[in-house]
Order: sequence, then C-alpha cells, then structure tokens
Amino acid sequence: METRNFKRVFVWELPVRIFHWTNVLCVIVLSLTGFLIANPPALLSNAEATNLHSFGIVRFIHFVAAYIFFFNMILRLYWSIVGNKFASWRAFWPFSKKTWSNFKHVLKIDILLFNEKVPDEKNISIGHNSVAILSYLLLFIVALVSVFTGFALYADTANWWLPKLFSWVTPLFGGDFMVRNIHHIAMWVFILFTLVHVYLVFYHDWLEGRGEVSSMFGGYKFVREERLKKVIEEEAEKKE
Amino acid sequence: MLNLSKKNCTLDLCFFRTKSTRVKSLFHYLKTLLMPIENEQRDTYYESIIKQGYSRRDFLKFSTYMAAFMGLESSMVGQVAESLEKTPRIPIIWEHYQECTCCSESFIRSNHPIVADIILDKISLDYTLTLMAASGHQAEAAKKAVMDKYKGEYILCVEGSIPLGDDGNYCCIAGKSAKETFLEAAAGAKAIIAWGSCASNGCVQAAKPNPTGATPIHKIVKNKPIIRVPGCPPIGEVMAGVIMHVVAFGRYPELDRLGRPKAFYGKRVHDTCYRRPYYDAGLFAETFDDQNSKNGFCLYKLGCKGPMTYNSCGNIKWNNGISFPIQSGHGCIGCSEENFWDNGPFYERTTKVPGFAVESNADTVGKVAAGVIVGGIALHAVAANISKRKELADNIKRAKSNEKNIEI
Repeated sequence: METRNFKRVFVWELPVRIFHWTNVLCVIVLSLTGFLIANPPALLSNAEATNLHSFGIVRFIHFVAAYIFFFNMILRLYWSIVGNKFASWRAFWPFSKKTWSNFKHVLKIDILLFNEKVPDEKNISIGHNSVAILSYLLLFIVALVSVFTGFALYADTANWWLPKLFSWVTPLFGGDFMVRNIHHIAMWVFILFTLVHVYLVFYHDWLEGRGEVSSMFGGYKFVREERLKKVIEEEAEKKE
Repeated sequence: MLNLSKKNCTLDLCFFRTKSTRVKSLFHYLKTLLMPIENEQRDTYYESIIKQGYSRRDFLKFSTYMAAFMGLESSMVGQVAESLEKTPRIPIIWEHYQECTCCSESFIRSNHPIVADIILDKISLDYTLTLMAASGHQAEAAKKAVMDKYKGEYILCVEGSIPLGDDGNYCCIAGKSAKETFLEAAAGAKAIIAWGSCASNGCVQAAKPNPTGATPIHKIVKNKPIIRVPGCPPIGEVMAGVIMHVVAFGRYPELDRLGRPKAFYGKRVHDTCYRRPYYDAGLFAETFDDQNSKNGFCLYKLGCKGPMTYNSCGNIKWNNGISFPIQSGHGCIGCSEENFWDNGPFYERTTKVPGFAVESNADTVGKVAAGVIVGGIALHAVAANISKRKELADNIKRAKSNEKNIEI
C-alpha cells in the first residue's frame, strides 16, 4: 500500500499557545473557586475568625484569575490583528461562502459521520474548521458575559477604575441575583464546551493523525503534500 | 449608634462655625422676605417644631440625626439646621395603593420623634389615607386643594404598587383607579418618592403570576425622576433621611443607577455585616440549630441574601438600632432587591434559572447537560469508530507498512 506524505506546517504561534494554556488554567481555577464560592464546604475549625482567612483566600484567587483571564483575552484580541492567518480575525469571520460550505462538510463528515468516496482534501482544515470557528465565537461571547457580570459583581467593593467600568451591568438585570445567576450559567457553558472541545480534539487526532493534540504544544500540524501543492497552485492562479 | 453619639459631641463646634457665617444667612433671610406671600403663610420646619413644644436644643439634635442619616459629615449639621430654619414646610401627599402599610409603620417608628411629629402630623393635614383625620369627600377635597394650590411644589410619596390588570380595577380609591389617582398627583409633583419594594419593584403582589398586573411606579411615570427607596419595609431612618434631604435641600439626594439614594443603598448588607469576618474565614452555619449557628457564624449557606442585597441594615439596623435580621440569627431575604420573591428559595444559596422547572437552578441544569453531553460523546466515539472503520483500517495499514521499512 502506498503511504502518504505529510508536510509539517507551523499553525499555532507561541502567543496563541500561551493564550490557550493560560486560558485553560484560568478556566479551571475560576470554575473550581467559583464552585467553592457558590457552595462553600463545611469547615470544622475551632479557630477564631481573626486567625482564619480561608474563604477570603479562595475569593482572592478567583479575582486574580479573573484579571489574568481578562488580560489574556485582550492579548488574544491583539494577536488576531498581528498574528498569522490561522490566528487572524479573518479566520474567524463566519460570513463567507467558503466558511459555510466547510461548515456543511464538517457537519456531514465529522458530526453525522458520513463517509466520502473520494475525500475532499480542500475541506480538511489546517487551522480551525468552520464549526470550531463558530463555537469559539460563541465561547468568546460567553467569556465576555462572564467578564461583564463578574466585574459588575466585583465593582462595588473594588477600588480600581477598571472593574468600576462594568457597574452599569447590574442595574440592567435589576440586581445582583440575576447577575450572579448569569455568571454561574456562563461557567457551566465553559464546562460543557470543554467536554466537547477536548473530545473533538482527540477525535480528529485519532482519525486524521495530523498531530491535532500536540499542535497546541509545539504549534505544528501535518498536512498532506497534495494539499500543500494545491494551495501553492491556487495562490499562483490568483496572482495570475 | 456610636457614630451618632460622636456626631453629637461635635455638634457645639459646628454650631459655632455656622454662627460665623451669619452674614450669609442674613442675606438669605432678606431674600426670604421678598418671597411670595403664599410661602410666608406657611411655617418653616423650625417654626413647626418649636410650635410643637420642642426646644431649640431638641431641634439641633434632630438636625444632627438627620445629617447623620443623610450620610453627611458632621460639619454639615449647621447647614441642615439652617435650611430647616429657612425652608417653608413643603406639602406632602402620601398615596397608598397595593401595600400593607409597613412602610408607614416603619416611618412613624424612626429614631427621632420629631420625624413623625413634623413630617407626619403635617402630612396628615395634606393627605395620607391611613393617618389623616379627614375621611371620605373631605379627604379627597383636601388633596385636591393641596394639588391645586401647590402645583409643582408638593412632594408625592407613593406606598404600594399600581395594578394595571383589568383596567386597574383591583385597587380603587374614591371611585378612581390607582393609576388614575397616581397620574393626577404625579403631574403636579415637584418630587416623587417610591416607598418600599411595592412602589419600587412590585414586591409580593408582582410575584409570578402577578394576577393583578402590579406595576412599580417608575414604569408608569417616566418623565420625572423617581427616588426609589426599596425594602419591605425600608428602614425608618432611611425614609426620614431621604424625605428630609428633599425638604431641607430642595433637591434629590445622590442616586445610583437604579434611582436609589447612594447614601443608603450604596453597599451590600454583606459588606456592612458584623458576621462578615466569619464569611472571610470560611466559617459557616450549616443548619439553624448547629453549634456553628450558636457561635454566630456566617449564614451564607443558609441562604442569606446579604451578598446580593443593597441596603443599610448592617449599619443603621432596625428598631432604633437594636438589631437586624442577621443579628437575630436569620439570613437576609433580600427584601430590597427586585423580584426577591421569585429569585429562589429564601433558605438556599441558589437562584432559579428562568425557563426551567420550578426547582431547577444553574447547577442542576448544568449537571444534567453535562451528563447528556458525556453520553453523546461516548455514543459519537463508538459510532465514529464503526462508521470510519475502513478509513481507520487503511491508516493503520499504511502506518504499519512504514513501520516495517524502518531500519534500526
């Protein structure tokens, strides 16, 4: 049997990878401390309140992680302007014909698991596929919701102007009750997203064998040689 | 009350300070002489108080209390006193709609007797259903007279929500619907104050399914700013502070984005709670009768809504500063927050997720969704290996043929 040739392609630049793993850490820390804050465990301690600050520390970690999460998001937004074509905001633009035809393809082949007689090389994405793009856009909005509601809850006890910028969010929902609730629901969206996201990474890695999992560590993915030539040809055609 | 006694001590000092600005007040006095005769007929607040039999010393104490409740610093006491000396009494119309009168009850029990005496005795001359001497046509005539004579000058206080369902037939006074009376009174009002959660947020009668269509007043009159003083009831001293601010200074106190006076609703109950150190320490009562509860630990896990509720219960407290719910061992139920009846159980830390079954909160919905997704993933993984078996087998075959060609 004739084996396939793959080329190593640099897809995820260092800032993108740093963003990804910082984000992972933040989401884990924020969710864990968030659960603790929402429903603290029973502490069986005889210590005086004066000598104990355990819950305060949990909240402190939550707030620090929130700031890191927020500035990390800003770093990623900046990189979507200066980064390579896989990191660019153009890659996340959902309103193009190409995106939608790819969307249909991914839905058919990867979600509903149909098989193609002749694999359509063009539709195997090198960066994000279209379904992933949409899910990241959705997650970005959820992240914004988390940031807005989180800082709104934090604003009243904050001394810095940045969280205070979000103080208008609370009256929008009538009070802290709903803001808290939305913040909590947003966390669940992150958790549910993570489940699907991690599974699909494993799925693609197992099925396509292009280094999907390791790409977020080293930044490289493997692309069929034929695909690469096609890209080069296409670009040559465009120039003509 | 520690703060207040401190302010009392500095009273003499600031009183002298105001004396030194007598020239300014003389000018002010001359100005009042030129005011229309109508105003001159009305007593100033100071005159009313003296006529009631209080001494000047009582009056100054009262001013000090009021300055403290308005959240002013002690150097402002002189200005409050001066303003009460100069300002002619402003007529007040106090409307009662869908309510339980707990706001009035709270108000007449506020810390200083002068509050009820000068504000309420005088109000009863104007209009307030529950406390005025007049009744029937006389009462309505009195109100009409005030509204005509002091158009654009009187203060409208509203207690209770207004039912809009079934043409407002659920609350009618003197043959008119609440909405009609309210719009009539609001048209000529200089300021509108929404007393309590009913007028501010709708409270229990606006809880689902809200059979009467109970509506807070700011949704009915939109062209005038409304001071919202939520709470079920609001703290009497807060009510006194708000109304005194309006009558003494002739303008609204500083309001937050929801129209609540910042001086009283700027902080969460949680942030002023004396049990806060237990919260920060992570020491919580698990049940109402456990040792932790007896130790006075934080009631967070018993559903205390202090962390979501903006009010002054933690520092002004209730019943002349004796206690407040948390101090008495019961969590805050968030009575000054919008929809506090619908936001979830009083004794749990959860908030209902709109659109789901009654008992579901974010965690139950999340856990079910996570279970469904994990199940879906497992199914998809199995289905993928079956459906793509040929592709996978080919991949493995190719990779194995390469493996054989490797030189070691």
